[in-house]
Parts: sequence; structure tokens; C-alpha cells
Amino acid sequence: MSQLTSRRGLLFGTAAVSAGALLAGCTSNEPKEKEQAADPQPAADDKPGKPVTIGFAGPQADHGWLAAINSNAKSRAEKYEDVTLEITEGSNDTAAQIGQIETLINKKVDVLVILPADGKALTQVGLKAMAAGIPVVNLDRIFNTPQAYRCWIGGDNYGMGLNAGHYIGEKLKDKSDARVIELAGLDNLELTKQRTQGFDDALKNYPNIRKVARQAAEFTVESGQAKMAQLLQAQSKFDALWNHDDDQGVGALRAIEQAGRDDFLMVGGAGALSAFQAIKQDEGVLKATVLYPPTMAASAIDLARALGQGKGVGGLAEFEIPASLTLYSAVVDKTNVDQYMSTGFE
Amino acid sequence: MTQPVSPPRDSADKAPSAARPPAWRGRVVRADVRTLSLLGVLAALILIGGITKPDEFLDTRNLQLVLTQASVIGVVTVGMTFVIVSGGIDLSVGAIVALASVWATTVATQEFGFSGILFTSVLVGLGCGLVNGLLIAYGGMVPFIATLAMLASARGLALQITDGRTQIVTVDGILDLGERDAYVLGIPPLVLVFAVVTVIGWLLLNRTTFGRRTVAVGGNAEAARLAGIDVRRQRLYLYLLSGLCCGIAAFLLIILSGSGQNTNGNLYELDAIAAAIIGGTLLSGGRGTIVGSVLGVLIFTTITNIFALNNLQSDVQQIAKGAIIVAAVLVQRRTASTT
Repeated sequence: MSQLTSRRGLLFGTAAVSAGALLAGCTSNEPKEKEQAADPQPAADDKPGKPVTIGFAGPQADHGWLAAINSNAKSRAEKYEDVTLEITEGSNDTAAQIGQIETLINKKVDVLVILPADGKALTQVGLKAMAAGIPVVNLDRIFNTPQAYRCWIGGDNYGMGLNAGHYIGEKLKDKSDARVIELAGLDNLELTKQRTQGFDDALKNYPNIRKVARQAAEFTVESGQAKMAQLLQAQSKFDALWNHDDDQGVGALRAIEQAGRDDFLMVGGAGALSAFQAIKQDEGVLKATVLYPPTMAASAIDLARALGQGKGVGGLAEFEIPASLTLYSAVVDKTNVDQYMSTGFE
Repeated sequence: MTQPVSPPRDSADKAPSAARPPAWRGRVVRADVRTLSLLGVLAALILIGGITKPDEFLDTRNLQLVLTQASVIGVVTVGMTFVIVSGGIDLSVGAIVALASVWATTVATQEFGFSGILFTSVLVGLGCGLVNGLLIAYGGMVPFIATLAMLASARGLALQITDGRTQIVTVDGILDLGERDAYVLGIPPLVLVFAVVTVIGWLLLNRTTFGRRTVAVGGNAEAARLAGIDVRRQRLYLYLLSGLCCGIAAFLLIILSGSGQNTNGNLYELDAIAAAIIGGTLLSGGRGTIVGSVLGVLIFTTITNIFALNNLQSDVQQIAKGAIIVAAVLVQRRTASTT
């Protein structure tokens, strides 16, 4: 885990997102920053501040990425002597998650970090927490109104699609009448639509490329295998595939292998360890993946701590933490995969 | 318990169930009509597939694909059919598949290679079936509740074992069985297992004392008890059988997907129940056929295949699935009321 956190520095650049809680306007931090680059300790702060109790409520970790979210949050909190983490059991049931958050409100935690199973459905309880004077860091799935959170941090679903589309577009730009297909995630999630929208928008820049098929899977290995097997049967020839999620990508790659196909390039999404390894080995169709980093949970803890201690974010001029932070969906391919390897989730 | 009793008319005569209509011949004719109508639906689907996507749909590889994808849920459905015929229900099948698949793909199991994974899948399936059976047969619990509890706890345990991670299989012999050119007797291994399970299931239900007892218990449990059938032991065996099928299905899923994941077998319980119902199995018990259930599975898998080949989205697919269930049950009600 310590490797994981150190890599974060590399991931998000020097400061903006991850540096967390250096007091804005704090004395010269030049030497400090150098120290951080080499040190596996969180880049967030020099010395302990006043004790902060952070309540963390997330959905059930039934998926590799969500499991990584939980472990990132926990290990980040353990790094700080001044942080106590109150973590609730994850639940995908809206009513249950509301109950858990209300329990945390009643416990009077200093700051709440909430990754709602459904952002819209949990907006009310976010408002309730804010009204009770507990600032909320809304992680990933966004509440309906900015009044329900003090700060939002999350990935860029639209950007994932956009960057995947541009990567594929650049690879195929010299090919006339190029065909691409899309293996989407769960269609009833807003984020799936955003990923598809970004992808479609990027492809508009490449008139020679046509999206010929799209099927939605369910973010699971089983669904990835089943849907991909069908897609391969349906499309006897295409040049590129974008798969929204590396977990279902394990199944998709299996289906590709079973069908004996290697006549196209594949771009994944999220940043699973198995995907990084496949990209590094470069023996199959998977050539790149666009990030949706679970390390955002660690950053959320940094932000929550800064909130609790009344600090800003190191590296920025502001006295307070920002109202929202959208992470960048970097494209990881063979050229930079080593840099990201340790952030991969299993 | 499984000594064959050959002519089925024998079984009808001896069966003590009051729910069985006296006219045996009439029932067989009706069953045939039902099977024929299912075959008709399947033929219509094949026609639709052939017309809309002739090159892709009528391809040998596509036929193999449909059958392979039907195999996992098909094996589960065979077990489910027995349980429903006996008047019970097993809501835990999907969760058992998940638990068996993740248990069988944990690192420790993979060190024991092929047989380690196979035996663990089957044993976990049997173990869960045993618990279901004991709770229902000897604990006096309603099957709905007992298997609902198993659904929750087996999924929970599967999640605990994996911690939400995908467990990738590294044992070669297993992956080879799912490869493009893996054939046993000219048939893809998964399809062969599905076929064998289907034949054994059919023999067990139609040609053995075990099958007769299953039908009798489903028709009228009290009458079956008075006729000397150990109803509780019979129920125990049935849930064991369902668990065994789940274990086998988990192994097939490991071959197919090359991994174990706690989300495996998602909604299998509903798919298996739907396939059995479409196949003519009465949800209240006492009647059902393996052939019908298997046709139900094939119909669903073929629909999925045709939709994917035509690049239609999953929402449309779900609506169609719902409509087919309703239509099939309505047709059944009609045929049932005319006798």
C-alpha cells in the first residue's frame, strides 16, 4: 500500500489534487516538496494538525475498483496520526446507505466522505449532513445539488470516453473506412452514458472512423465474456474496440482469445493490474487503458482532513480546498505503463 | 433410490398424488403439444435470426456459441426443475454458483490444479445444497426463506473470500477446455457436459423411482407421505441435487470466463425459474419436464444471440424476455384449463 500512495504523487502531479493539507500561505515549502517526492508518506502534510474524525460511507465493494476505493481510503487514513476513520459497511441499497450516513451524523464525525451508490438518491442525506454542520466530501458519484457537498472529487467519465476515442482515432487515422466497436458498462448508470458520449464526440474528429456496434455488459467478468463473444460473432471485421471497464475486460479478453481473434486493437478503462500487465507484455489485442483511478479515495481523505483542520491544498494559492476536483483520465499504454503499474487494482 | 422403473404409465398408476389427473394419455398429448409449441418458438427464432443476419447467425461457430452460453445456466436449470417439480424453489442457485466459483479459484485451490478446482466447485455446491436441504426438510423452513437466506450468506461469503477482486485462473488444463478448438467427441466440452446433465436429468425424472417420488411430493406431499415416501429425505436429496448442479455450473463458468468473481451467477435464480416455467413446469409443483426447461434456456439464449447480432440494446432484450414469459404462461393456462 505504501508503494501505492507514493505512486500517487506521480499520478496526479506535484500537488493540486493529492497534496491535501499544506497550509496555504504556509512558510517556504520548497525543501519539503523535494522530501515528499522520495518519501512514501502522504504528500499532504508536514506535521500533524488537530485530530479529525472522518466518516466514510461507500457502496458495497463487489467489484475490483470499489474494493480498491475502500483499501485506498483506509490505508490513506492510517498514514495520518491525527485522522480517525469511521467506516461503515458498504451497501448498494439506498435506504441502508442513508441509515449508515445518518448514524455517522449522529456520531458527530468532523467530516464525511460519501461515495453514494446512487448520487441522486442520496442527495437529501448529503443536505442533512451539511445542515448539521458536517462538511461533506462527495466522492465520485455526484449529488444533485452543490448544496449537498462542500467538495466533490471524482473521475472524468466523459474524459475517459474522449481520451479512449482520441487514442483509437490517432491509431486509425490513416486507415480508410475504419470500424470500431464499443463494449459499454451497465447501461442504467449515468456514467456509462457519459463514457459513450465522450467516445462518440472524440470519434467525430475522425471522419474515416465509424462506430459499427455497441453492446452493454454489466461490469462483471461473466457479462464481459458473454457480450464480447456475441460481438465478435456479429462483427467479423473491425479495427478497434473500446471496453469501458477492465474488470469486465478480463472476460472480454477471454472471449477474444476463445474466438482466436487478434485483428484489432483494444483500449480498456479504469486501470486494473491485469490490464496493465497485459499492456506491458504486449502479446494480445489490449494496447492501452484510460484511467479512472481508485486513488481518488485517498485524495478524498486528504481533502476531508484539510477540511477538518481548516487548511487549503498545498501547491495552490487558495486558503480553502476547491469546491470540485475532476481527475484526469490519462491514457496508459506501453510507453508509460511502468509508471502506473503500482496503482493497478486486482 | 434410483432403480429404474421403466414404463411411465406404471409410475402414473402407482403415484399416489391426488393432483395428477386420471387420464394419463391426455396429459402426455398435452405435454407433447407444449414441447412442440416450444420447438415452434425456437424454430421461429432461428428463422428470425437466419433472415436478419444470415451469415453470422447460421454459422457453425454461432451455433456452438449459443449452446456454450446456454450450458452454464442450462445445468442450473435442470437442478431447478427438480426442485420446482417437488413444489419447492431454490433462490440460492446464483449465489451458490458465485461461492463455488470463487472458492474453487482461490490461490490455495489453484495449487491443486485441475482436479482441485473441479472438486472444490462440486463440493461447495453440494455443501450449500445440503444446508438448504437440511433447513427445509428437517428444519421445517419454507424453501423460499431458507434459500433466500442461503442467497444472502453465500453471496456474502463469496464477497468475503474475494474481497471484491477478480480471481484469474492460472491452471492451464482448465483454460484449454474453453478454447476455440477444444472438442470432446466433436462437441465443445461445456456443451457436452450440458448434454450429459440433461440426459441424466431426464432419465432421473422420467425413468426412476426418484423421479416418481419427486413428482408425488410436488403433487401432494401429504398423500406421498401416506403412501410411504420419506418426504423429508426426498426433499433433502432434491436440494442436494440442485446444489450439485450449481457446483457443476460453477466449474463450467470457470472454464468459460477463466476466472472466479463474486458477481458470477447474477440473477441465475430468476433465469432458471423463468426457463423452467416456460418449459411447462408448474410453479406449484407436481408437473414439469427436463426437455421443456432446456428448450426454455435455449429460447432465452437464442434471443440474446439474435439481439446482439443485430446490435440491439439490453433494455429491448429485457422487455422481450418479459413478454415471452407472460405469453408462455398465458398459453399454459389455456392448455391447462381445457382439460
